[in-house]
Amino acid sequence: MASNKKYWKSEAELNPNDSIVETLRQNEFTEQIPVDEFLGDKENLSASNTNRRDFLKYVGFSTAAAAVAACEGPVHKSIPYVVQPDNIVPGVANYYATTIADGFDFASVLVKTREGRPIKIENNTDAKVNGSANARVQASVLTLYDSKRVQGPSANGEPVEWMVLDATVKAKLGSLKGSNRQIVLLTQTYASPSTDKLIAEFKEAYGENVNHVVYDAISEDAALNAFNAAYGERALADYDFEKAELIVSFGADFLGDWQGGGYDSGYAKGRVPKHGKMSRHIQLESNMSLSGANADKRYPMTPTQQKVALAKLYGKLNGSSVGGGTSDVDEAVDKVASELKKAGSKAVVVTGLNDVNAQTVVLAINKLLASEAFDAKNPRYVRQGDTAKVGKLIADMNAGRVGALIMDGVNPAYTLPNAEEFVTGLGKVDVSVAFAFNNDETAQAAGYVAAASHYLESWGDAQFKKGQYTLMQPAIRQLFDTRQFQTALLTWMGSEKAYYDYIKETWSADILQGGSWNKALQDGVFAASAPVAQEEGAVAASQAEAEEAEGESTVVPIASAIRSLVNATSAGTELVLYSKVGMGDGRQANNPWLQEFPDPISRVSWDNYVTVSKADAEKWGVENKMVADGGVNGSYVKLTVDGKVLESVPVIVQPGQAVGTVGLSFGYGKKAGMQAEMATGVNAYTLYTNFSDVQSVTVEKAAGEHEFACIQSQKTLMGRGDIIKETTLEIFNTKDHAEWNHMPQVSLNHNEIPVTSPDADLWDEFDRSIGHHFNLSIDLNACTGCGACVIACHAENNVPVVGKAEMRRSRDMHWLRIDRYYSSEETFEQDNEKKDGMDGLWGEKGSLGGFREMEDPSANPQVAFQPVMCQHCNHAPCETVCPVAATSHSRQGQNHMAYNRCVGTRYCANNCPYKVRRFNWFLYNNNDEFDFNMNNDLGKMVINPDVNVRSRGVMEKCSMCIQMTQKTILDAKRDGRVIKDGEFQTACSAACSSGAMVFGDVNDHDSKVAKLKEDDRMYHLLEHVGTKPNVFYHVKVRNTNEA
Amino acid sequence: MKKVLYRHLFSKILGFSLLFFSISFYAQEEAAAAGGGDPAKGKQLFNQNCAACHALDRKMTGPALANVEARLSEDQGLDKEWLYSWIKNSPGMISSGDSYANAIYAEYNQAAMTPFPTLSNQDIDDILAYTAAPPPAPAAAPAASGGGDGGSAASGGISNEVILGALALVFGLLVIMLILVNKTLRRIAEANGVVLEQEKEKRLPIWKAFAKNQFLVLVSAIFLLLASAYFAYGWMMQVGVDQGYAPVQPIHFSHKIHAGDNKIDCKYCHSSARVSKTSGIPSLNVCMNCHKSIYQYAGNPEGPSAEDLAAGHTNDFYTAEIKKLYKAVGWDEENQSYTGETQPVQWVRIHNLPDFAYFNHSQHVSVAGVACQTCHGPVEEMEVVEQFAPLTMGWCVNCHRETNVKIEGNAYYEAIHEELSKKYGVEQLTAAMMGGIECGKCHY
Repeated sequence: MASNKKYWKSEAELNPNDSIVETLRQNEFTEQIPVDEFLGDKENLSASNTNRRDFLKYVGFSTAAAAVAACEGPVHKSIPYVVQPDNIVPGVANYYATTIADGFDFASVLVKTREGRPIKIENNTDAKVNGSANARVQASVLTLYDSKRVQGPSANGEPVEWMVLDATVKAKLGSLKGSNRQIVLLTQTYASPSTDKLIAEFKEAYGENVNHVVYDAISEDAALNAFNAAYGERALADYDFEKAELIVSFGADFLGDWQGGGYDSGYAKGRVPKHGKMSRHIQLESNMSLSGANADKRYPMTPTQQKVALAKLYGKLNGSSVGGGTSDVDEAVDKVASELKKAGSKAVVVTGLNDVNAQTVVLAINKLLASEAFDAKNPRYVRQGDTAKVGKLIADMNAGRVGALIMDGVNPAYTLPNAEEFVTGLGKVDVSVAFAFNNDETAQAAGYVAAASHYLESWGDAQFKKGQYTLMQPAIRQLFDTRQFQTALLTWMGSEKAYYDYIKETWSADILQGGSWNKALQDGVFAASAPVAQEEGAVAASQAEAEEAEGESTVVPIASAIRSLVNATSAGTELVLYSKVGMGDGRQANNPWLQEFPDPISRVSWDNYVTVSKADAEKWGVENKMVADGGVNGSYVKLTVDGKVLESVPVIVQPGQAVGTVGLSFGYGKKAGMQAEMATGVNAYTLYTNFSDVQSVTVEKAAGEHEFACIQSQKTLMGRGDIIKETTLEIFNTKDHAEWNHMPQVSLNHNEIPVTSPDADLWDEFDRSIGHHFNLSIDLNACTGCGACVIACHAENNVPVVGKAEMRRSRDMHWLRIDRYYSSEETFEQDNEKKDGMDGLWGEKGSLGGFREMEDPSANPQVAFQPVMCQHCNHAPCETVCPVAATSHSRQGQNHMAYNRCVGTRYCANNCPYKVRRFNWFLYNNNDEFDFNMNNDLGKMVINPDVNVRSRGVMEKCSMCIQMTQKTILDAKRDGRVIKDGEFQTACSAACSSGAMVFGDVNDHDSKVAKLKEDDRMYHLLEHVGTKPNVFYHVKVRNTNEA
Repeated sequence: MKKVLYRHLFSKILGFSLLFFSISFYAQEEAAAAGGGDPAKGKQLFNQNCAACHALDRKMTGPALANVEARLSEDQGLDKEWLYSWIKNSPGMISSGDSYANAIYAEYNQAAMTPFPTLSNQDIDDILAYTAAPPPAPAAAPAASGGGDGGSAASGGISNEVILGALALVFGLLVIMLILVNKTLRRIAEANGVVLEQEKEKRLPIWKAFAKNQFLVLVSAIFLLLASAYFAYGWMMQVGVDQGYAPVQPIHFSHKIHAGDNKIDCKYCHSSARVSKTSGIPSLNVCMNCHKSIYQYAGNPEGPSAEDLAAGHTNDFYTAEIKKLYKAVGWDEENQSYTGETQPVQWVRIHNLPDFAYFNHSQHVSVAGVACQTCHGPVEEMEVVEQFAPLTMGWCVNCHRETNVKIEGNAYYEAIHEELSKKYGVEQLTAAMMGGIECGKCHY
């Protein structure tokens, strides 16, 4: 029976007198389609020379012409070298050991070059200190090919010759010699023995009024001064986290950029349970940092609370009573103190509080504990900035006491909180020379811009840690008319010497102790066997500085330090400034790889933002919300610090952020010398008053919403323990692995059988026992989430950059992502219990409300990182649905993707349970809409010639670096030898310095990866799907054993 | 008459050249007698030991050596003894402070001459005898023979034309005769009253008959469609396949001369084929390894073949191409030095795989030991190189299916072969069995 129900399409239909409704009943549109306007104009139509037949002829002809033209191949030219360099064979990569020491990142690395072009940065495994490249160092190879580089020297904006610049500077320096006006070298930290010696010689040449000021954009002043006071050298204590069984960190993000970074590999080694033991990590911090995310126990605390806690902790350890201060930290302090006492010399305490008192107390605690992980004898030199001197310099400049200012590796007009003051002062300096890489804020303000070379074009050396030397050598000739600072300094001193010879002489005289220069250069690193007898340049200079500094800085006796710490109070909300692993201090902000790199914690790319705790967000009425296009939007706030205002800062509600604090990262908001697309975020340096990373801030909600490019909108696992499996050390040690690493069961004839059983399988198994069978092991315990692998993959596999708008649509092209999951309860364990305890739909334990609650991470959640790339399933769901067999399986365990065969149906992506396939929605190269490195000739030089650049409409994904495995095989075949374990690598496993990723051949039963596959902790992602992946993970074990 | 004249000319030329050679021989013998050396032996020694750096009549790495003995004794007052010691131990002479030795050392960019302690005085005498003999005039003999060749070729051409013309004439006459006979016979028949042409029955034209037979139409339509589909497919399959592509190169480099006549190994110039994915177009400094001393093309002793001449490949032509190389690499022949002004050669690429296909030369050349000719064809016979193989995927895959892997002596393969033969009892492995036809092995 037909229904008599009446349907309305709109409310207007209810009004019977509505004329529009009447019209629409008869017609599709209310108005006539204006055909007459077009066809009615008979005059025009008949006057036209093109009739229908002509039109068809044109169409036919042009189609045929296009078809014919397409048949003829273009003529390709091949231009060989006129004289081929001895060490270059076209098609074969060369590796050189070099060093990055750009003032923020210090690492010994290998550079892979092809036909003379550096294309990739690798870790230097010979290095004992900082031999691993973090995400920024991995990306630094692209910075070499930055299209916004300064291409030659200029004077007041006009290009000049170096000769002109040299003459001017020399004349000025000569005239200033002996006068009472200063010649100031304002530089980055070099940690370079040769540069220190050179500057000392420069001082000799130009007299007493030469002043060398070292300036770090993000200051470690407090730590340097505290160490200086305690040990008489302006340096940083070194820590070996591998030796520590208990790590207590007061706001030190030592897995990030704390004190120069590079601690993650040692840390990760201690985190893998061996013989039932692993280190325990307690983090007390305000922002959710990488270190906090990896901690076993994390206490969210404001910086003020941290200070009080630190003071009280010292009291507990010392046996003295420390009175006063807030009592809300007492519980935490008690626990930490008892654990520390128990661990004794196996414990270490670190702090990131930029406060001399706090740093002094930490040094005292480590001394008190006699910590084995603490090394003050061989300190690090990777931060040497002196903020007091910088402050004095600005005052001097404004007072007209500076005659010449030469800057290198710094951008004070951007990074100084009082940048205007600096720029005004710069105007009063007679000759100002900025060695600049981009035409940045400082270069624009300076009189002369000296085009600076990239580190891959320069010679240099460095001493990261006492006795650990490293060499920097150019991997390519200067791309432009650039010069490195040291060469210029030599020229201005009237020396004819090349800086290379200068380094060589310095090394032979002071460092090598008879060792071979060529070997040191080949290895890139040199470890002094015994403490070098006073390297003249470095130590003399730093000691002189130390003496000076001692006069200025107040040497704090421990008692007064404790007193001032415990009495720390805060006025309102505290703003904690930090640096992101993807951006650092912002010197590589024009690097699209880094801009597109999602922050490991927030998973936001192309932005910085203020992180706010959930409680504070509710208080201020700010929020994050998902919008219809799948993106995340955030409210804006206005930040006011001491009268300085930052308008329209977007908000990210950050689980784990200590209530009463907000966080904001450095490195963004740079405008000068940048491509428009890359000028993102707000400049946090403007709030960096007195170089203190903690500021009292007023937060007000502002109008509008910010569109984030956040690529992970789901924050929690919702208790799905088969994605990230984790357990506690206690359970891991005491119980059978079936209990904490449960194998999913499926029902076969009403009997439960493990899903890996051949009976449960739909498919016939291939025989993969012969030849190679590649597997990738990922240890969730060792993975710190640093993201070096993401950028390494970017560089190796020519992954395109898609830009903020496309990232927001979740169309990122990263072959490798690092998922970050929060727990909705305090721990993942509680999540699972909650999920398992659900009963019915509604009610107290109902799943409707329950799951909604589980979507929200807890205020202080546990965090887990999980790198996910193509899992290379042996029974791949993507392969069976491809209509053109573009993706297929190999005997070696790799899932192949033939791009030229793909027609872009995207069935495979839909059928992939891991969501690791990436579709080229657009042409990302040679396309002005995506004006990144693949759209200019310079940026294209970084492209790996062994890997395809994919085109539009093609699916792509991780290939398990088949170009690298094939090369390893070929090398072995050519040498006629069997492949050893460790030779097979992927870009990610080679980049992973923490040892979380291990790649190899499981058919080689003695290989590391084969052993890891037999480990009790091994599990596959979504095992119950039965895809039998060739990537496997290791259960994350948390050390919750409280002492 | 003509032929007779030619014969006379021939015999005369023969006579003259014989005379000429005998005279020169006589002259050489005379010189040999004077210096005590054998110029024939000397020539051999010279080519073996000296020719890399010295020519008789021009400066190369070292000075021109024609009449060197006489020149030295006249200009410098140096005797044969000086030459003996210089040739046997030139660095020693330089270090001993001999003035002329040092002068010549300085003149030739301080490039010391390789000492030849193994040469005996007699050997050196032989060489000197060879250098003392006036170098054979290069122009006379080839010019004469060239003229002779040209003459004979021309005469051959004329005779062919004559024969053809005569034949045409004969056939023309035959045709005319036939027509005439026909006409006469017709006339006779008419005169005799024989009826020649009878009215034939009106038959259906063949095309109409064909159109009426539907079966035939159907079959032929199907046949036509199939045939056109076949050809269309064939045509489409060759789109982008440049088999036989032989572009004109900026320098006419003859692989026939280098790899064929002179038997230079392919991998001497294309050395990176051993270790790299690219075979590598040799850089110009590789050319100069030989062409520093080979400044002109002397060709085969009999002179250019008719074929070469037809293509314009005279000796002068090839010499001009060598000059192009000098210009590109910036080699100043006069001063035997590089000017530094280079013009890299823009070769036209012949074998061009698409970017999505990965091919590695070293895998095939060094590991598999595949001869270059397998894929590139008889390059040593090609005056102009052309693409020999289709370079299609089917062609690659076929070879991978059919070719056995070279296992012997390669520990990598032996290890795998051991496993495989144990498992499946396979004696021989093809590349395909090793996974050589999996997509991802070439497409990534």
